[in-house]
Amino acid sequence: MQGNEACAQGAVDAGVRFFAGYPITPSTEIAEWMARRMPTLGGKFIQMEDEIASIAAIIGASLTGAKSMTATSGPGFSLMQENIGYACMTEVPCLIVNVQRGGPSTGRPTAPAQGDVMQARWGTHGDHPVIALCPWSVQETYSLTVKAVNLAEKFRTPVILLMDEIIAHLREDVKMPDPRKLILEERPRPEGGRESYRPFGGSAGQIPPMADFGMGYQCNFTGLVHNEVGNPSNDPGVTDRLIRRLTGKVESHRKKIIHWEETLMEDAEIAIFSYGCSARSAASALKAARSKGMKVGMIRPTTLWPFPEEAVEAAASREIPILVPEMNLGQMALEVQRVAAGRSKVHLLSRVDGELFTPAEILSALKGGF
Amino acid sequence: MPSDIIRYFRQETLPHIWCPGCGNGIVLRDFAVALEKLNYPRKEVAIVSGIGCSSRAAGYLDFDTVHTTHGRALPFATGIKMANPELKVFVIMGDGDASSIGGNHLIHACRRNIDLTAIIFNNYIYGMTGGQFSPLTPRNKRATTAPYGMIEQSFDICRLAEAAGATYVGRATTYHNQLLTRLIVEGSKNPGFSLVEAVTHCPTSYGRRNDLKTPTDMVRWQKENAVWIEKIRDGSASLKEEQFAIGVLHRHNAPEFTAEYLEVIKRARK
Repeated sequence: MQGNEACAQGAVDAGVRFFAGYPITPSTEIAEWMARRMPTLGGKFIQMEDEIASIAAIIGASLTGAKSMTATSGPGFSLMQENIGYACMTEVPCLIVNVQRGGPSTGRPTAPAQGDVMQARWGTHGDHPVIALCPWSVQETYSLTVKAVNLAEKFRTPVILLMDEIIAHLREDVKMPDPRKLILEERPRPEGGRESYRPFGGSAGQIPPMADFGMGYQCNFTGLVHNEVGNPSNDPGVTDRLIRRLTGKVESHRKKIIHWEETLMEDAEIAIFSYGCSARSAASALKAARSKGMKVGMIRPTTLWPFPEEAVEAAASREIPILVPEMNLGQMALEVQRVAAGRSKVHLLSRVDGELFTPAEILSALKGGF
Repeated sequence: MPSDIIRYFRQETLPHIWCPGCGNGIVLRDFAVALEKLNYPRKEVAIVSGIGCSSRAAGYLDFDTVHTTHGRALPFATGIKMANPELKVFVIMGDGDASSIGGNHLIHACRRNIDLTAIIFNNYIYGMTGGQFSPLTPRNKRATTAPYGMIEQSFDICRLAEAAGATYVGRATTYHNQLLTRLIVEGSKNPGFSLVEAVTHCPTSYGRRNDLKTPTDMVRWQKENAVWIEKIRDGSASLKEEQFAIGVLHRHNAPEFTAEYLEVIKRARK
């Protein structure tokens, strides 16, 4: 199965029943798969006029209670940024898949890259919460898509799945779980009467329940700063409470959200910190290094945002050097450096030529001792 | 005068933010009267708006409402209607919102003939940002960004919608406000994309700069320049200079998008 297909299958198994998108390489297979399969499940697929319309449509669909998603790549992801902020501000769950390709601009549409890591964090304006996940295999694309849909529902926030061209077009054997056995999350919905319902209420970090359009709660959603019932407000106190509650939803639950994998870190004297397609080459390099007696370990985050600071601790607390191979000019490496705070020497290994790292070049960086 | 439309408002959000003399309150009232005449169960109605003076109207109404991003009300509404075709969806936009930043979405919503009722508050200007020209500002009129007069051609948004495939198109003004209510009612009953242009007046940002000093002057201008489409059709009137047609300007039958998709579901499940 192909990575893009695994993403689409995972989304459907997680309960996604609305897809809106616009053709763009290298994510188009997700839309094509959805166009075929969605109606067989009674779900809806629509090809919109552009990516701005696509994300607008999935936010609209989510307001009616449907689990919704779109899929795109760099240029389309750029176009979606304003409405990603809208979904953060109005707390509308949705999934945005960004299959990263070479940028900036049109760049290399068919070449892989990992250049959108910081855009996923800060692409939309203003302080806002972000959850972004990053798979390294077709199997993990399936499971992280399910997780992404669940997190969106649980925290009433958009979630970004940061794939890359390699993982999207890779074909691997996948063991599909029985979809009936998946644990699926649903957004919290109000139970009481309309008078006591506060669709944007609660204290820092709390996730207020969300009524579907048509349930009779008559809610107002606005991208303006709004009070607990959803009416616009210019009050400094209301503003401060809203922005802190929104960002706090993710920050105060970060331990439940973040996840990373450690390989042979117990006795490691050098650590590799890598994610997505780069981590595949890193894993091969690690194997080769170990066979030569080098004590190399690997930390592979599947959550990029919120940044899994605890994962860096595994290396930084022991003050061992950390190699960060990534297909950009150093986006995660700076985060690693920030958390290591001088305890570990952090070395960036970059590629921005549209070619995947070879295990040999990572091995040679390890050997070089940077 | 129907007295009961106040029940459709979120009274805690009033008074509204519009300037003294603004026509938007008249359009909003006419819309509320249309809702009263349509008498849909309240929970079956969704009202979507963009950004700008007119788009604040959605938040004053006590229904499921979404005040979206600038120009994007129609794709939000498309998602709502497609995900839940049972909902009666109204879309409130301004002239700049609908025809400039949202122009692409407008033609595609028309082309799909999705069952939405779009009400475009046309005051010929960007009011909220203080009077810049929009694609509907007529030639030679002044705006803060056209201080020497507008040199671009303006859109006729009704003809644009018709050409793009809308199945019901009408225009009224804040002077012809009973017509406006009738167009909104008929537009909502039309099973497809309906566009109602509501010519409204912005004394603060448009009238003052264009020799229409008071709201009364502006409404009088509407009265004098609006020509009933029936009179144009039967040859008893023709459009001169600034004049424009009002009434039901166009209607035709075509397949509606969400109904067509339900057929797709049937086909896919065979």
